[in-house]
Amino acid sequence: MSHPSQAANFLKDEKRAHWHDETLWFVREKRDISSKGIPEWEELRKLASGIKDHVLTKLDYYLEELEKKATENGIKVHWAKDAEEHNKIVLSILEEKKCKAIVKSKSILTEECHLNPFLEKHGVEVVDTDLGERIVQFLNQPPSHIVLPAIHLKKGDISEIFHEKLQTEKGNEDPTYLTNAARIHLRDKFMKAKVAITGVNFAIPETGEFVVCTNEGNADMGVHLADVHIACMGIEKIIPRREDLGIFLRLLARSATGQSITNYNSHFRSPAPGKEIHLILVDNGRTKQLGREKFKNSLKCIRCGACMNTCPIYRRSGGYSYGSTVPGPIGSILSPGIDVKKYSTLPFASTLCGSCSDVCPVKINIHEQLYEWRQEITKAQGWSAKGMSMKLANGIFKSPLAYKVSGKVLRATLKTLPNSIIYNPLNVWGKGRTVPEVPKESFKEWYQKNRP
Amino acid sequence: MSSKNLILSKIKNLAQEEKPLPEIPNFETPEDLLETFVNSVKLNKSTLISKMELQDLVNSGAYPKVYSGSKLIEDLKTFTLPENPKDLNDLDLAIIDGQFGVAENAAIWLEDENLGLRAVPFITQHLVIILEKSKILGNMHEAYTKIGSQFSGFGIFIAGPSKTADIEQSLVIGAHGAKSLRVVLV
Amino acid sequence: MEVALFIPCYIDQFYPHVAQATLELLEKLGCKVSYPLDQTCCGQPMANSGFERDTEGTTRQFIETFKAYDFIVAPSGSCVLHIKEHQPKIDDLEQFQKEVQSKIYELSEFLTDILKVGTVKGSFPHKIGFHSSCHGQRGLRLSSSSELNEAPFSKAKDLFAGIKDLELVELSRKDECCGFGGTFAVSEEALSIQMGKDRLADHLDHQVEIICGGDTSCLMHLQGIAERNHKSVKFMHLAEILNQAIS
Repeated sequence: MSHPSQAANFLKDEKRAHWHDETLWFVREKRDISSKGIPEWEELRKLASGIKDHVLTKLDYYLEELEKKATENGIKVHWAKDAEEHNKIVLSILEEKKCKAIVKSKSILTEECHLNPFLEKHGVEVVDTDLGERIVQFLNQPPSHIVLPAIHLKKGDISEIFHEKLQTEKGNEDPTYLTNAARIHLRDKFMKAKVAITGVNFAIPETGEFVVCTNEGNADMGVHLADVHIACMGIEKIIPRREDLGIFLRLLARSATGQSITNYNSHFRSPAPGKEIHLILVDNGRTKQLGREKFKNSLKCIRCGACMNTCPIYRRSGGYSYGSTVPGPIGSILSPGIDVKKYSTLPFASTLCGSCSDVCPVKINIHEQLYEWRQEITKAQGWSAKGMSMKLANGIFKSPLAYKVSGKVLRATLKTLPNSIIYNPLNVWGKGRTVPEVPKESFKEWYQKNRP
Repeated sequence: MSSKNLILSKIKNLAQEEKPLPEIPNFETPEDLLETFVNSVKLNKSTLISKMELQDLVNSGAYPKVYSGSKLIEDLKTFTLPENPKDLNDLDLAIIDGQFGVAENAAIWLEDENLGLRAVPFITQHLVIILEKSKILGNMHEAYTKIGSQFSGFGIFIAGPSKTADIEQSLVIGAHGAKSLRVVLV
Repeated sequence: MEVALFIPCYIDQFYPHVAQATLELLEKLGCKVSYPLDQTCCGQPMANSGFERDTEGTTRQFIETFKAYDFIVAPSGSCVLHIKEHQPKIDDLEQFQKEVQSKIYELSEFLTDILKVGTVKGSFPHKIGFHSSCHGQRGLRLSSSSELNEAPFSKAKDLFAGIKDLELVELSRKDECCGFGGTFAVSEEALSIQMGKDRLADHLDHQVEIICGGDTSCLMHLQGIAERNHKSVKFMHLAEILNQAIS
């Protein structure tokens, strides 16, 4: 399904779409207030961007350093070239521990690798423990937002699914009541799990540690009660020094939700006595993206979700309209790198307004990369100039409006234009808009008459 | 080729020109550290209580099972931690010492030695962190300068009680971890 | 000061009065204005659709037409941004291209930074809402961006500041996109319309008489939606308001 049709679908319920827009805008506003309270905000963004730029140019060095230091600390490091290998590594650890049920905190990487269905196929029960993720898991849906996984749902929807799955009172929509029901339900899962999986926000080669940030405390509940902690990270999650965390932790939560910091910022350096930590370093297309000069800095992303909250398209089309693991502006520049055909409409799901680039805490030029992906996609795919003009339009010559337009200027213009402009889809334009009145003469004609 | 070598060689083959690693400058910190810290505590939905209020809380009996690992306030009701953290599932109140706090966001740094067991601040229903007034730093940069060379298998900044806004962005305190965080400044 | 006027194709065709206002305004402010007749289009619609590589001819034509002038002024932030950032490189015209890219200005930018008019003196007794086009705002930095931690500024608002009885409203969402986006307006029609409706509602909630902007393309889109939904609000380009106010 293409983005335009999914978006149109989402917008059919105008009231709900409006609510979605308002809800995310509220998060964007909280982010504004929070970031404007930090005089050095723009300086922090510059530093964060510079640190990530540096890391990407020395990624091989830092990955080896990370492995070395982490191993010295007693962490077992694994390398996975792709999603399949990542999933197999996780499964092999679970099999070794004879573990049939795991708890997992939020990890976009494991979503990207489709770890849950893989493990379930092998008889492992996976419980997502982030409240939002648990909600969408009950509904067999993926997260619709990387920070706010259930942001597309209303409390009525959640009340209904909790009534079915957790036997909460029918019709009780009180968020505190529902959250408490999830707390009780998930605590039971935490108590039983032998293995806990988490993502990684930052990994530090200097110290061989990695950092996981949550507000709920679900990552920590999972790993500190389990015997084995498996942490999965994309290879781009590295920042060189411990002191760099100062920059990134100041930016992350403020950009994501407007909080000054996430509640729990856990630094894992070595396992507790008698326990194990496994760290899986995953490529899955990242080295390929690193080799694309125009797109490599998309790998600087720290998954704060600010570009989603600010995006006027995302807010009005919802996360699922993108059909990709990471939705929104950042997803629209990451996904075509994974499958250019499948995600060919995403870079066009933007007005190139640039809000995403200005909000990004690591200064990824998202909207410029959207523009560049458009150039690549038309080259790579069937979006030929001819195809597009055929598909989109009654050509300008066929449109009644074009007939009225002074022929001379139009001809002069068209002479220098390629075929790709020769579509004038006034039929689509006119569905929800009037067409501009056609003046009796163009400016050029007026000018020639009046300023000879 | 192993996946490790494959990944590393792919990166090496790009022969990228190294970009410099920026140095982090000193940023101005709040003038009144204590006042800023107190404000941040409130913003994070934690509460500030006095030493006396803590003692009353512990003695009130409202929390049947209390663990204290505090060295800053001694003689609080406590028990010896079990080996298996899952045995703490009925813990009502945990009292632990923080190493230092950060004024800009009320984050408090704790390491293994403060926690006893890593699960303590999460599995407990309610949490109290005791902090010396003199140990409040301005911002996160100062915080990392401070802990730069320390080694702990686990370290954490805790900034508030467990919370979520996953249901319609309504803030609910007490998702999985501690339902409240009280901070005692001594 | 001698300037060449670049009038984007859709203004030439559909909004000649915006071009006339731009011309008259520049003349009133003491410029000697030429309008090179060989000009066509900047190439943006093709480039934003992913066919930048097909705009060489258009770009060549643009450079040849304007290379001789000291300043080029256009009443469109979007087209100016395209010329500055998204023209394909024309190797045999490299030097001329660079010059053209550095001497082209959006109207409010030219008035503020080159003519240094400060503020326009005049009267315009109306309540207006200003729509910042994204390309002008975040592309050319004609005004501060609400995402950034920077001191607020707006070249257009500075120009309005000295006009008597002109009331400029503060919108709820200061700089949200209107949803035009070039071909986006048709390829993502449903979204484009919804964004336009929302933007329009913000202005109407503030009881504006006139919605003003520096990019006629945004205004064309908003006006189309307003008219289709029978909303009575007028649309004027920045050049028209300044030109009327000054006289």
